[in-house]
Amino acid sequence: MNCCIPTISTRATRSPLNNLNTGNTMSSIKIKLHQQDIDKLKEVCASFNNDAGELINVLHKAQGIFGYLPAEVQEIISKELNVPLAKVYGVVTFYSFFTMIPKGKHPISICTGTACYVRGAEKVLDEFKKNLNIKVGETTADGKFSLSCLRCVGACGLAPVVLVGEKTYGRVAPDMVKEILAEYKD
Amino acid sequence: MLKVTIDNKTVEVAPGTSILDAAAKVGIQIPTLCYLNLHDLNIENKPAGCRICVVEVEGRRNLAPACATDCADGMKINTHSIRVLNTRKTVMELILSDHPFDCLVCAKSGKCDLQKMAQDLGIREIRYQGEQSHYREDTSPAIIRDVDKCIMCRRCEMMCNEVQTVGVLSGVNRGFEAVVAPAFEMNLDHSECTYCGQCVAVCPTAALTEVDHTYKVIEALADPTKVVVVQTAPAVRAALGEEFGLEPGTLVTGKMVAALRQLGFNYVFDTDFAADLTIMEEGTELLTRLNKYLAGDTNANLPILTSCCPGWVNFFEHHFPELKDIPSTARSPQQMFGPIAKNYFADKIGIKREDMIVVSIMPCLAKKYECSREEFKVNGDPDVNYSVSTRELANLIKLANIDFHNLDEDDFDQPLGESTGAGVIFGTTGGVIEAAVRTAYEVHTGKTLEKVDFEQLRGMEGVRSASVDFNGLELKIGIAHGLGNARKLLEEIKAGTSQYHAIEIMACPGGCIGGGGQPLHHGDSSILKARAQALYREDAGKAIRKSHENPFIKELYEKFLGKPNSHKAHELLHTHYFDKSNQITIE
Repeated sequence: MNCCIPTISTRATRSPLNNLNTGNTMSSIKIKLHQQDIDKLKEVCASFNNDAGELINVLHKAQGIFGYLPAEVQEIISKELNVPLAKVYGVVTFYSFFTMIPKGKHPISICTGTACYVRGAEKVLDEFKKNLNIKVGETTADGKFSLSCLRCVGACGLAPVVLVGEKTYGRVAPDMVKEILAEYKD
Repeated sequence: MLKVTIDNKTVEVAPGTSILDAAAKVGIQIPTLCYLNLHDLNIENKPAGCRICVVEVEGRRNLAPACATDCADGMKINTHSIRVLNTRKTVMELILSDHPFDCLVCAKSGKCDLQKMAQDLGIREIRYQGEQSHYREDTSPAIIRDVDKCIMCRRCEMMCNEVQTVGVLSGVNRGFEAVVAPAFEMNLDHSECTYCGQCVAVCPTAALTEVDHTYKVIEALADPTKVVVVQTAPAVRAALGEEFGLEPGTLVTGKMVAALRQLGFNYVFDTDFAADLTIMEEGTELLTRLNKYLAGDTNANLPILTSCCPGWVNFFEHHFPELKDIPSTARSPQQMFGPIAKNYFADKIGIKREDMIVVSIMPCLAKKYECSREEFKVNGDPDVNYSVSTRELANLIKLANIDFHNLDEDDFDQPLGESTGAGVIFGTTGGVIEAAVRTAYEVHTGKTLEKVDFEQLRGMEGVRSASVDFNGLELKIGIAHGLGNARKLLEEIKAGTSQYHAIEIMACPGGCIGGGGQPLHHGDSSILKARAQALYREDAGKAIRKSHENPFIKELYEKFLGKPNSHKAHELLHTHYFDKSNQITIE
């Protein structure tokens, strides 16, 4: 299950929630879970004996299954482990690993590790932000791209490095960003 | 025993004693901010988050937080070295650097723990000028959250999660963006909040405050076309004096009545009257169910749970909806008073319902929400228009330039101001069930009680049980105050292991005397005990101490309601409950 865990995104859980005015707007991030998803989630909780102390491990596995942690998933975990929903949400928003936003079809990760950073990763990142009109941790409205940063993929010789899905791009310059995005038409 | 030296004073303490407690033993008050300890209720908050209580321990590299550091044998502690004082000052300035500077117009000004600490520490400037965090304000029917004023002491979180087990508030996000908030940062009125107000009662700043209706009351009083009627809850008279500097536990019933009259209320009535009425309705319901049970009916629906407390009603509607048919259907005294005033009394004085404004003075914040419930309105007109807290009443009295100390004691108006000792003790844990027992015993057995004081029902233990001899029948009674304690009894009922016939539940620790609308106790639980004793004193001094002997209650049934639990009584004095367990899920 761990293999499906998406790329770590920094601060992914914060940004969209800052704009909330009422509880109602939460519906925008609500999804309806299929019964099989619910069963799977309950199995995960059961595999940890529904132990409240295992909350972080359960969330970790759940994000492995769903790619993110929508409100419904947190609600089920809250009920199964008997942990207040606010506490579950507290943990999800505390750790940058957890995210409440689904990844795009083509998740873009920009390495901002030391080597990539000194070779201009930030300018590349800015170019992606400008072209996609989203911030780090967000997903485009059409669900096609999401943007995140990570620290070092172990390919410092290719700095700055960008990953789109499984594909790696090396020595990326800001003027290459448009071309890279154009590769993903669907 | 361990021997420690604190500021050159030697003290012996048991292992596990904190430096803070050891210092207190030798008369050294180490300043604290986030720390909260209600000893008698087993409530303690010591996240060591604020670092105001740091002290210097000889041989230790870092300063130690006194609230969360245990004494060790031979420890030498300095609580006011230069290093300690400088650190404390720095910590305070850093806290203040992310706090709004609007003390002059803040609702908590003069009662704020943060403000007091800044004064005590002699803060005269804030050397750290940086960004301040900003968050939206959240207004519910009872409680306002202004997170900008939050200092992350986590007292509210401890109350909401550990004491009340409601689980609405939690620390969310991280670093500079960290706030205490409900799940998904929804507003309180979308959460499972019970409006018990215990978070407000312990908040050191104005991050959590009540919705203030003071001005609405002033406007109603100024409207010559309205008859304005006021009712005062039992617990208010035992605490209002504190707002005027009187000792906790001072009874100010007479002065309170005089002040309300001077404020301009047309009729000053007593919620205690409605408490007596509650006993008639709830007690009859208890006996009906009990007789069914004694006749062998397996669906007798026992135990019966009291329903006077709107915080508790919210709790079971959200957390135990499967038990919603077990509580008595009797409305809370506040909501019994409303329809009696707006029907019976309005008729009596020849005015229309809509020309009457009913104001309630309550120790409670959930009562504000209760007023807004749709089932307590007739064509949009609420049975009780405004519920104001004990604290708000004190403000009203001050606004009207009333010299509270020199007021002559006055009496409530009749008929809705007459009450018995049973009505008075509704304000403390164990009081409602004691009042019910006094009446139910006499009605059930046909005998007169020799002794009306049921000491076995009194006390501050979170969960208590007692049995009362009902002429050979052992009536088993459970009592819980604080919703976490209530949860324990409810789990028993759910599991089918409950041994009780009747259970009294009050949402707030101590009962209404410790309500979210009472003068702030700042962590001193002896204040709550003193308030409870005051109510028992008032009860003991009453000529009539059993609800069914209240002459005006008798008259009300004879002339208006018929019998307890009659059709009319059901229509006006009873309610029904809702399953709100899925309300926070938005599809």
